[in-house]
Amino acid sequence: MASNAAVLERPAGVVSGRAGGAVARGMVMGYLSVVVLLPLAALTWSARAEGLDSFWHQATRPEALAALELTLGVAAICALVNAVAGTTIAWVLVRDSFPGKGTVDAVIDLPFALPTIVAGLTLLALYGPGGPAGIDVAFTRLGLLVALLFVTLPFVVRAVQPVLLELDTEVEEAAASLGAGSIAIFRRIVFPSLLPAILSGVALAFARAVGEFGAVVLISGNIPFKTEVSSVYIFGQLQSGNGTGAAAVSVVLLAISLGVLLLFGVFRRWWTKHEYV
Amino acid sequence: MSRYLLRLGALGYLALILLVPVGFVFYRAFQHGLGPAWDAVTSHQAVHALELTLLMAAIAVPANTIFGVVLALALVRTRFPGRGLVNAIVDLPLALSPVVVGLALFLLYGRGGWLGSFADHGLKILFAVPGMVLATMFVSLPFVVREVVPVLREIGTEQEQAAETLGASPFQTFWKITLPAIRWAVAYGVVLTTARAIGEFGAVSVVSGRIEGRTETLPLYVQAQFEQFNVQGAYAASVVLALIAIATVVGLRLVHPREEA
Repeated sequence: MASNAAVLERPAGVVSGRAGGAVARGMVMGYLSVVVLLPLAALTWSARAEGLDSFWHQATRPEALAALELTLGVAAICALVNAVAGTTIAWVLVRDSFPGKGTVDAVIDLPFALPTIVAGLTLLALYGPGGPAGIDVAFTRLGLLVALLFVTLPFVVRAVQPVLLELDTEVEEAAASLGAGSIAIFRRIVFPSLLPAILSGVALAFARAVGEFGAVVLISGNIPFKTEVSSVYIFGQLQSGNGTGAAAVSVVLLAISLGVLLLFGVFRRWWTKHEYV
Repeated sequence: MSRYLLRLGALGYLALILLVPVGFVFYRAFQHGLGPAWDAVTSHQAVHALELTLLMAAIAVPANTIFGVVLALALVRTRFPGRGLVNAIVDLPLALSPVVVGLALFLLYGRGGWLGSFADHGLKILFAVPGMVLATMFVSLPFVVREVVPVLREIGTEQEQAAETLGASPFQTFWKITLPAIRWAVAYGVVLTTARAIGEFGAVSVVSGRIEGRTETLPLYVQAQFEQFNVQGAYAASVVLALIAIATVVGLRLVHPREEA
């Protein structure tokens, strides 16, 4: 996931076969248009087909606004928890050693591989009504957060891990020999080097949490104004025949996704320019 | 001391959020022995759902793999106007809600949509396999591109140029020089694409219409069984999907391209 972060721009090599290049480019553009762009264009078109007033009315309905507020709030908390937990897990996986570390490292990828509906069912079985843990977070905002934490777990870990691996421990040793405590070393030396990786992981986790559907659909109970997030709201509006309302909120989510990606790209370019070149 | 605290914190978090829940689903599926679990996953409806899920992957994965390699080559080896934009679009499926993807396809191919007239000519896209394939292709699009691009940057063009000077055709150069160099990245991307294609829920849920025994993939089957209070069936099918996920994670370890580079 993080391997694409902070790669150096390289001047283009010799383009072998100009005609071949043009054909290949045409092919991928066609594919990209049919699979991604055309549907999104149709979505945007439908959202404003009945005029901007109607779009605004649909996007700002109380239930839609409450869902959006909840979505952004829970996603922000989820991103924050991930920043701390993900960095800690990455640290333990790189700097610590204990039996079974390889297995733990492999398990981190499981949320990427596990279907989201299975993740939701899994959490509901354990932390839902009648679960063995004796806690019941079903149909609560806490349950929502737990589901989002499950599916976003790998982002920060996988972003921070490679950077931590490359980090030279000599500077930290020097700081320690000069009398710096472990907290000071982390805050002054390790954390600044990890920050871009943490932020890129957090951005992806946030975007994922905003859009998540499968993992939350069972555990949240989808109670309007309480546990209904935007993706579930969109699904509900479509089921009840309000396609315009669904499209309006979808366009808002699309704009948020694009915004996060653009910010992420700008930040990445800025960082690459200032750090490595 | 603080080392142990950190280890305890990290492992405790992993256990609570990830390991115990997944382990518990296995326990619940086999709680009443192997027999009921086996019956649940070999029911006609479950088998059909599994077959349909594998069909989705069988179409979407090769399509996205070929597209991914070609696009990665275009992004790294050539310069063209709008390259930055293409880069952003490729990432979009990672950041966009699957429900929004499903709705977009629904509006495009549905009645009154720009391409809604396909249905009038006998080509059913919505509530049928083609729409579900399109949804799966959308959500699993970025993985191969994202794995191959950094490796292509890293290997540079020296060997390709050498091959060209020696008279190799572009095709030969790709086949003999470029492809062997990126094969692990491609494999890693393929594993991720497959996992996403098999597990997709939100987008497929919208475009499939969830017609039992017809357009129901295994993840949709899990939800349907749960909602119909056939919890045993839901858990059993979940275990099948979880086993596929575990196989994926093992597969990722086997082809880890980052250790190669």
